[in-house]
Amino acid sequence: MPDTGYLVVALLSAGLITLALRALPFVALKPLRESQLVKNLGIWMPAGVLTILALATLASSAEGGRLVPAVVAVGVTVLVHLLFGRHSLLSIAAGTITYVVMVNWF
Amino acid sequence: MLQLSLGGGLGLFPLGVAFGMMVIQADMAWWVAPLLSVVVYAGSVEMLLVGLLAATTPVVTIALMTLLVNFRHVFYAFSFPLNLIHNPWARAYSIYALTDETYAIVNGQPHGWSQRRLIILQVALQSYWVVGGLVGTAVAGLLPAPIEGLEFALVALFTVLALDAARSRKQVPSVLIGAVSLVIGLVLVPDAALLTSLVLFSAGLFVRHIVGRGKHA
Repeated sequence: MPDTGYLVVALLSAGLITLALRALPFVALKPLRESQLVKNLGIWMPAGVLTILALATLASSAEGGRLVPAVVAVGVTVLVHLLFGRHSLLSIAAGTITYVVMVNWF
Repeated sequence: MLQLSLGGGLGLFPLGVAFGMMVIQADMAWWVAPLLSVVVYAGSVEMLLVGLLAATTPVVTIALMTLLVNFRHVFYAFSFPLNLIHNPWARAYSIYALTDETYAIVNGQPHGWSQRRLIILQVALQSYWVVGGLVGTAVAGLLPAPIEGLEFALVALFTVLALDAARSRKQVPSVLIGAVSLVIGLVLVPDAALLTSLVLFSAGLFVRHIVGRGKHA
């Protein structure tokens, strides 16, 4: 468990940034709506950031000789998501159960 | 309306349970789960933070990651009926609790909202998430040993979110810039791969914006 001082500072920065992102547009709606840069970032950012996060978390669950379970489980997640109607919870459960079973019993 | 929040929002409960279990398995106190869900009310960032906090990741990395992951929230304001909410406290809460789920439910059902209904919806959604997290910490505490590999739920969550965000071919450049940024980060700066890749990715998008503007001018 990290020390309380660090925890407070880290949580407050993440919390304040999240709040600012949600509140900012209500304060400055017009300039933001007219900015082409903001518009482009809104279109481009999510897919790229989520790709980075998916691959970064995948890389850490492939560490320690777990490359095969990680790759198989992410494959299961993708297939279930694309083949069974994009039900997020179902896809997440299928991938997670695959990984848990493989690292514990194989 | 409550029915709507039940249908669209109940998925938050099992995810919350997974989040609560992650907190305990990362060797943190149970109260970190509800604290995160109140101070940083944004599900995917909270789940990421569990691992990052447990590894005492530098606050700069945490701040930048939060900024980029939650940047999409800037756009929710453009079509959220905040004008219906007159009470200043209700207004402040509504902005604070403007999550992906809230936005999706309100936009999926554009008519019939009022101050009372919006606040009931948002309180219900946050309750599912907070209670789910608490149940998760309790369940993890009762288990004789941690469930090895449960943290994969986070990989699966981001995989699903990335698949949904990258549905059109227009998104291919962003996916590629992101993937290349991460590989560079992992190879060149393995100790700060996430921070490096997020900085590279932002720089890449900025260049793309400048180049695109040059073409149109």
